[in-house]
Amino acid sequence: MNWWARAGWVALAAYVVYAASRLDFTWARFMVGLDNGARFLARMFPPVIAQPDSLLKGLTESLEIAVLASFIGILISLPVGLAASRNLMPVWVTWPARAVIAICRSFHPVIVAIVFVKAVGFGALAGILALAVASVGFIGKLFAEAIEEISLKQVEAVRATGAPFMSVVAYGVMPQVFSRFIGFCTYQLDSNLRNSTMVGIVGAGGIGGTLFSAFQRFDYDFVCAILLSIIGLIMLGEVLAQWVRGVFLDRTRVQDE
Amino acid sequence: MSTSLSVRSLVKEYVRGKRVLDGVSLEIAGTGLTAIIGPSGTGKSTLVRCINRLVQPTSGEIHFEGRDLVRLDRGELRLARRHIGMVFQEYNLVERLTVIENLLSGRLGYVSPFKAWMRRYPQADIDRAFELLDAVGLASFANTRADALSGGQRQRVGIARALMQEPKLLLADEPTSSLDPRTSVEIMTLISELCTRHGIPALVNMHDVELARRFAGRIVGMAAGKIVFDGPPAGLDDDVLKTIYGGANWLQ
Repeated sequence: MNWWARAGWVALAAYVVYAASRLDFTWARFMVGLDNGARFLARMFPPVIAQPDSLLKGLTESLEIAVLASFIGILISLPVGLAASRNLMPVWVTWPARAVIAICRSFHPVIVAIVFVKAVGFGALAGILALAVASVGFIGKLFAEAIEEISLKQVEAVRATGAPFMSVVAYGVMPQVFSRFIGFCTYQLDSNLRNSTMVGIVGAGGIGGTLFSAFQRFDYDFVCAILLSIIGLIMLGEVLAQWVRGVFLDRTRVQDE
Repeated sequence: MSTSLSVRSLVKEYVRGKRVLDGVSLEIAGTGLTAIIGPSGTGKSTLVRCINRLVQPTSGEIHFEGRDLVRLDRGELRLARRHIGMVFQEYNLVERLTVIENLLSGRLGYVSPFKAWMRRYPQADIDRAFELLDAVGLASFANTRADALSGGQRQRVGIARALMQEPKLLLADEPTSSLDPRTSVEIMTLISELCTRHGIPALVNMHDVELARRFAGRIVGMAAGKIVFDGPPAGLDDDVLKTIYGGANWLQ
């Protein structure tokens, strides 16, 4: 084993050296890059809000995209996630649901956004749809996994009272997974907010478009202002997520004795 | 005395060829408490669970309220289950809901899913819930979360939930097996009294013979998937117990 391990390390080292040489990575280039980088940073500071209207519009649009995409995504992932849970549903229901979730998860949101821009045109709608798909993939999968971990005894007891299926879900399943579900939703809200700043680069609305065009105009001090405002937006999103958690989770929190 | 439940030649095989229930026939008439006793694995729990089809029988008939439960489709079974209350060994309460919500879940068969979700139950149901809460001695616990209760308290809620259905039959699958001896007596007393008061026959599966002798008006002894004794507690002498449980040492 020892010989094999050593041979493996040597092979790995050889590959790293070889790959690095393919990448055109020279010391000279690194030095020039550092110099360029310093000049670039200098041009970014101090940040200047060159087009306040454009900036504000971009930020609000990103926020709207994130909130709407999360809302639509959550609404869809409730039934899809439920349909995908193998302990509650027969195979002919879980297979299509799990396939849908897998497809939604396969592609990076930007790729999906490109597709939607082609389909519905430039603008926020494409961004909303793309992020809704991403939401269904994420929340749907985790929701289904959470449902598969519940205690079926509670479900059995509710079934034994003669409750219809939706009531069994409402009383036997949801109480057991609700707090985790809210956790997934707030995480996805945050993720959508971050992604919503990016889908604009491919034309799907939001601050990404403003950022990209500022970049292409070499308006680097405006770029810096936009980047800082994105940080502010994400922090706002964090506060929003905490508020949502506070609203929904407080009453189910276990009291400390 | 009308017959509430008629089980005929019930067979259950979990694995093909190995019969857990081997042609069990049983009639429940009147309103008393019937105890099913027998060693572990002999099919007591399977028998009780076949009645409300939490377990699907392999063959046989179960007549209840004029219909054969084994033949019912999903919709009809759901309606029939409303009239059969069940108490479980591990209480099976919805832990994150409050006591009163658990009680009201007994009425889920009668209320639309939307109203149930919004917690809009008819006033009669809410009044009945508080009455039953009082009857089981948990009047001040209405808004306590179920997972904050002790085992005995949870089982009381379980009994109240089953009675909320206004059932024509109460099934209990080892209701005291997870409880200490004193609480077991309290729970059996509660089941016995409430069922007598509301005129509901009870079929209780238990492994404590003394408890069965004390509370049951009729005892059904099972061994190897068949009924080997069916009669009053007085008829339960040592020979019968040996037939049911086998071996002599445990009787000392």
